[in-house]
Amino acid sequence: MALPVTAHAFSWRHADRAEPAVGPLDLDIAAGEKVLLLGPSGAGKSTLLHAIAGVLPAESGEGTGEILVGGTPPDPRRGEVGVVFQDPDAQVIFSRVGDDVAFGMENLGLPAAEIEPRITASLAAVGLDLDHDHPTAALSGGQKQRLALAGITAMAPGVLVLDEPTANIDPPSMPRIRDVVLRLQAETAATMIVVEHRVDLWIDHVDRVIVLGRSGVVVQGPPRRVFGDPDLAEVLAQCGIWLPGAVREPPATRRPDSPTDSRTDSAAEAVLRARHLGVGRPGALNPAVQDLDLGIHSGEAVGIVGPNGAGKSTTALTLAGLIPEYAGEVTANGPLALGAKHARPFRWPSSFLAPRIGMVFQEPEHQFLRATVAAELALGPRLAGWSAAEVEARVTELLRTLGLENLAEAHPQGLSGGEKRRLSVAAMLAPRPTVLVVDEPTFGQDALTWAGLVDLFIDVLDHGSAVVAVSHDHAFLDAIGARRIELGAGALVD
Amino acid sequence: MRSLTELTLRPAEATVADPGQLIPVVRRSAVGTCNPLTKIAVALILMVGALLSIDLVSAGIVLAFSLVLVFASGLDPAQALKRLWFLPAGALLAAWGTAILAEKTGAVLVDAGPLLITTGSLTAAAAIFVRALALAIPLVVLASTIDPRDLADALIQHLRLPETVVVSVLAASRLLGLLVVEWQTLSTARRARGVADGTPLQRCSSLLSGIFTLLVQAIRRGTRMAMAMEGRAFGRAGRTWRRRSSFHLRDLVLTAAAVLVASAAITSAVVLGTWNPIIGG
Repeated sequence: MALPVTAHAFSWRHADRAEPAVGPLDLDIAAGEKVLLLGPSGAGKSTLLHAIAGVLPAESGEGTGEILVGGTPPDPRRGEVGVVFQDPDAQVIFSRVGDDVAFGMENLGLPAAEIEPRITASLAAVGLDLDHDHPTAALSGGQKQRLALAGITAMAPGVLVLDEPTANIDPPSMPRIRDVVLRLQAETAATMIVVEHRVDLWIDHVDRVIVLGRSGVVVQGPPRRVFGDPDLAEVLAQCGIWLPGAVREPPATRRPDSPTDSRTDSAAEAVLRARHLGVGRPGALNPAVQDLDLGIHSGEAVGIVGPNGAGKSTTALTLAGLIPEYAGEVTANGPLALGAKHARPFRWPSSFLAPRIGMVFQEPEHQFLRATVAAELALGPRLAGWSAAEVEARVTELLRTLGLENLAEAHPQGLSGGEKRRLSVAAMLAPRPTVLVVDEPTFGQDALTWAGLVDLFIDVLDHGSAVVAVSHDHAFLDAIGARRIELGAGALVD
Repeated sequence: MRSLTELTLRPAEATVADPGQLIPVVRRSAVGTCNPLTKIAVALILMVGALLSIDLVSAGIVLAFSLVLVFASGLDPAQALKRLWFLPAGALLAAWGTAILAEKTGAVLVDAGPLLITTGSLTAAAAIFVRALALAIPLVVLASTIDPRDLADALIQHLRLPETVVVSVLAASRLLGLLVVEWQTLSTARRARGVADGTPLQRCSSLLSGIFTLLVQAIRRGTRMAMAMEGRAFGRAGRTWRRRSSFHLRDLVLTAAAVLVASAAITSAVVLGTWNPIIGG
């Protein structure tokens, strides 16, 4: 049964911050209403969703005001609110698909006879056609996201709360995941609140848009009115909202080097070259990608695209000299190999590798080493031998371009998802390495921070760095003028 | 451009084996589908048979039965050898030590100065070797064929352990596996950032920051998982169970067989006069 969601002067401040993460704000969402929640990176959208689901840990901060679901404070034990989180990995609870879907139903005390048919029905509803005994560890990120949806579907909640449900899904699969959500909503008539940066994907399917700013609700209303009002365009742009139908036009766009460009014919000039490359995680029984031949030139952008599970990230790590080639080899040439004792970057010592080939990991948390945002940005240039003044100037420039000035002294691990992503990219871009390998650099960005990232990439490309970007974001790849390498095309549809 | 992008790609073969499994189970079997509590009991019973005495007869009988168990439980023997080669290697090492150091009785076989091996010491060595394997193999079978979820079901439904604790431990054990992967990623990330080598002091400090990040990650993941579990009504009173953990005839047969083997091992050793108890001998 659908339930209304209301908030009265609700605000939440995380324990280690001076400013509240959310609000104070008032919300009045009717039972069965479909809401798209928008707002700039770091506006507390996730925190609000967690509060509505009743899973905000009380000891992690301080709240004021109240949130009511169906007229009472939310209590997850009633199973009224089904929540799907950003991180698909943290939502898998059991090692088998069937058990995982059954988890919520078991908690709600459903009899075993009722659970089994519901598992089958829920898996079918989300398009996850797997055996109930299928190990969850063997699922891709996109499949895990579907599994989480199936677990929620099975509980038939009155309120559906979704935090970027398509963030880890390849673009061709995004509409399908959205349709799964919409079908689920239609079947149960549940109230639905979805946070998503991709306005285009949802705008035709929601009743209301709520734009969240750093101090409460900025604007709300039916999508056509919010996006149709010319007076609001400026406000929305300032919040970094992706306007529907707008072409993502960064301040400057690079064009891919033309195929007739003389230098591409000369194999010797590729700074990084892969020959008959097979890639696989260390210890893997089978390679994820085989027989890849690729040359990467100075100042060139290469986009590695393909469906979930095609081996894109593993290819990126192999090209960056961080995991050994499964077969074939990756070699450095020309300026990149200057002073190197070995042709294969994998053999290089860490301090030699880092200033030459930079790698931005899929999960930003992994690469943070310092206690403040500013120190994190300064590390790369400092290790690359820049002078103190140069380092200082570069850090200031990066903080400004990415809207992180106010967070210069914050701990990197305490930032929001989108902020961490920007910091991890900026920290690797900072010393302008000869080759920069990045894995999903634009994840969780609003329109403003996205444009900032594009600027930074164009800057390093103009300085002669080569960029290899694993990305689902074709607008970003177009903006930096990347040619595409398609992995696992059509073979492994998530 | 034409020289750059000749690509022929084949996706990785779809595999549904659980990557967390010690040894892959390749077929369903009566032993494999026994109740987890039965399997634990069997391992304990066999352990008694092999543990009490250091002699070739009792250990040999238990080992023979354990090897039958490996095949009967549907484990992949080739993978077992590949992943657990160090078990026989370790047992052999222990046996070598015994052959050199054990009491020198019986005829001299090798006499090369300090290296003296007699039939007596060689017998003791063989017993140590067989016994080590007889103790290890049932545990390997146990660890490979017990699904943690089945074990949790059995612990809660038969042994009445508190369900919140068991389910939490179960969920946490999955996170532990993730931490191993996480640590590998963190080491790679330190290398990418240029701090993985240098002076021992630098390495040490980069290692410390790596450990700190791992802890932060562990806590964050744990918190997020707890939120996900809570979000799916975990902690509510009156939880039900999808599967009933039950005992069948095969559980009785396997347990009886284990008791029989353990008794036969001890009896034969005593009758044949090889009984060499570890306590009070």
